[in-house]
Amino acid sequence: MSWKNVEYAVKLIVQVIMVAFTSLAADPSVVNLGQGFPDIPPPSYIKEGLAKAASEDRMNQYTRGFGHPSLVKALSQVYGKVYGRQIDPFKEILVTVGGYGSLFSTMQALVEEGDEVIIIEPFFDCYVPMVRMAGAKPVFIPLRLKPGKKTITSADWFLDPDELSSKFNSKTKAIIINTPNNPIGKIFTRDELQMIADLCIKHDTLCFSDEVYEWLVYKGHQHIKIATLPGMWDRTITISSAGKTFSVTGWKLGWSIGPEHLTKHLQTVMQNTLYTCATPLQEAVAQGLVLNYELMGQPECYFTSLAEELEVKRDRLATILQEAGMTPVIPEGGYFMLVDVTSLNLDLSHITDDEAYDYKFVKWMIKEKKLAAIPVTAFVGDESKKQFEKYIRFCFIKQDSTLEAAGNILKNWAKS
Amino acid sequence: MGVIKNLAASLIVIRQSSFRNNHKIIMSRRLHARRTDGVDKNVWVEFTQLAADYKAVNLGQGFPDFSPPQFIQDAFCKAISGGPQMHQYTRGFGHPPLVKNLAKFFSRIVGHDIDPLEDILVTVGAYQALFCAFQALVDEGDEVIIVEPFFDCYQPMVVMAGGKAVYVPLRPREGSTVLSSGDWILSAEELASKITSRTKAIVINTPNNPLGKVYKTEELQMIADLCIRHNLLCISDEVYEWLTYDGAKHVKIASLPGMWERTVTIGSAGKTFSATGWKVGWVISSGHLIKHMKTIHQNSIYHCATAAQEAVAHGFEREYEMFGNPESYFKQLPAMLHHKRKKLALCLQSMGLQPIMPEGGYFMITDISSVKVNLNDQSNTDEPFDFRFVKWLIKEKGLATIPVSAFYSPEHRKEFDKYIRFCFVKEDSTLDAAEDILRKWSQQE
Repeated sequence: MSWKNVEYAVKLIVQVIMVAFTSLAADPSVVNLGQGFPDIPPPSYIKEGLAKAASEDRMNQYTRGFGHPSLVKALSQVYGKVYGRQIDPFKEILVTVGGYGSLFSTMQALVEEGDEVIIIEPFFDCYVPMVRMAGAKPVFIPLRLKPGKKTITSADWFLDPDELSSKFNSKTKAIIINTPNNPIGKIFTRDELQMIADLCIKHDTLCFSDEVYEWLVYKGHQHIKIATLPGMWDRTITISSAGKTFSVTGWKLGWSIGPEHLTKHLQTVMQNTLYTCATPLQEAVAQGLVLNYELMGQPECYFTSLAEELEVKRDRLATILQEAGMTPVIPEGGYFMLVDVTSLNLDLSHITDDEAYDYKFVKWMIKEKKLAAIPVTAFVGDESKKQFEKYIRFCFIKQDSTLEAAGNILKNWAKS
Repeated sequence: MGVIKNLAASLIVIRQSSFRNNHKIIMSRRLHARRTDGVDKNVWVEFTQLAADYKAVNLGQGFPDFSPPQFIQDAFCKAISGGPQMHQYTRGFGHPPLVKNLAKFFSRIVGHDIDPLEDILVTVGAYQALFCAFQALVDEGDEVIIVEPFFDCYQPMVVMAGGKAVYVPLRPREGSTVLSSGDWILSAEELASKITSRTKAIVINTPNNPLGKVYKTEELQMIADLCIRHNLLCISDEVYEWLTYDGAKHVKIASLPGMWERTVTIGSAGKTFSATGWKVGWVISSGHLIKHMKTIHQNSIYHCATAAQEAVAHGFEREYEMFGNPESYFKQLPAMLHHKRKKLALCLQSMGLQPIMPEGGYFMITDISSVKVNLNDQSNTDEPFDFRFVKWLIKEKGLATIPVSAFYSPEHRKEFDKYIRFCFVKEDSTLDAAEDILRKWSQQE
């Protein structure tokens, strides 16, 4: 691979920033609402499933490279129902090391030098280095706030149709969308997805749809798969995550679903990168999916119950933040919340580092208030930094005690 | 450029339409990246499927069909029922307890103070370690010398990184009957002749898959001398490092003078603890090389599964305490496999076949040129003889093996198409079942 690309990618690696903030927040006295993973336990049957799988001899040895048979069959069942179409477990599914691994396999398989890839800001930070590692050029388009609106919900952020259209050209290989979106929590509406689909079809472009938070959808909203829109199945790779679905980010399993003529190239990448994913973990996820498939549509289904549990936490955190004088952006989905800190009027001009306001704010907040968040300009390209530098991101898939601890800090803050 | 692009696009359309019968052409442009060209065939995908389809007695793919040792299974169970952090992300470059234990364990062996955070990267199996190594260290136009026979993934990984593979074969010693993997040697002159100004690295695998050769110190020294003289990197795949037989000793090339800073050593928990399905591997090297592999890892996979790493960490802690003792799994496993290796060899010899006794590893190759058989396959006479033979053996006799020419470069495949590879890391009952099949077959002749 071209070393030039890798060096450039290194410069853009936001994970370095994540690592920096992680170590800042590693101080146990800091209440950590920064990192995006649960501190609540996964459902017990999922852990039990792993223990059971690990006790079977065969489950400790290699399984099928493109996905453990019982897992791809369970995925075919669950998603067949969701998509309303038959999904071939062996040809239209690839199991990967997390959603991350799916993104990587997709980029390496389908993107190369000379291609352009459209990325919507704010974006999950790995998209840019992955596009660059594949030798292609990222083209950015920001979500914009509806004029005249105080930021109240993630639905107030939209894509300008003319602006989006202007980003497509003959070099555009793909557009990456993330719905529900990290960090804003926006869920793209059918109309918005149709607009994107129309452009993909017009310009003969692929769509990589990162839907790892697909089940975390709050009341009044619906997650729609762009791959189900007319003409889109054949040009879309949809990415999901067991880690986000079952609150087991440390299992690092995900999957890509798409038509055979695209999926087969992802499979080629898989067989030349890590060949196969861990067997007992795949077996346990398969069991978890089978269990919840039976419960789909019922309140006990984890796909629904987790969202309900998180909605309560979402609302609690929003209240806490409002009482502290901040302006939360209520997310329609996902487990992050953006917060506008403008109204706090915090003067950080004495900090002379050449960093965006949100970086300075978060570092100050960790040090002075012992509360950790993530700066949102970490998720945008250079040109959009000014637009987002008054926002920080909180993660609310945390124990109530963690949220209350944050609440105490914020309550005292409002008083001072 | 535009003309060629359009022409290529049209050709793709024509090809696609002939493949897709009545399907509408949805996309008229070329879809897949060029880096996936020519690396889409895979011997494991093909033969694993075949073995499964025919429910063959499987001495093909290299994995144990017995369980991992109790202590490692217990460690995994303990990790699974551990605190919530066991099921969430851990440190991307390697779970802290694991890298600490790997550093402690291997520092003692390599004779170098290994920094757990700088000199180690944990990966999804040794496979991903190899991927990170090739992606990080091989640039467009670099040449990489691969010693044949080689684990098949090295070649497509070099190609995917934009490099060029240059091959040098191990050859059976002149004059003697070739009875052991130790009789296959690397010619120093032949190896030196392959080095050019574009050579970046040499890849060795010891103990070797499929041959079972365990490189001696003098052989490694010869390779080391060339690496130092020509400023080459050495990628040393040592996944079978604990599996040596008949007094053969595994030597780490990284421990030779001048080699630590230019060697990338790859290991596997799957092969170490007989748990190939856990997919935990690692690279150990000097920090200045590891840092580039970290970049690749961070932008492709980023994290490996936490609980499995925790379990492997415990495994290494135990083995550190037990090192050199008879209860050490690193002594017990080779002792157990020693017996199975002998069992398989006797079985093959009684069939009139000539196995090459491996000094190490999971596998035994055997010469099948004396076998008279009508392969009856009208299909594919283009395929090397051993491929066709192995397919016939699966379909007609229900016994799965792997054709050895899969481990050779396209240019040398025809020279080495009369060997098949058996994996003997199997329950005795599996080896017995294989023996039955072979005995019945020889009785039919």
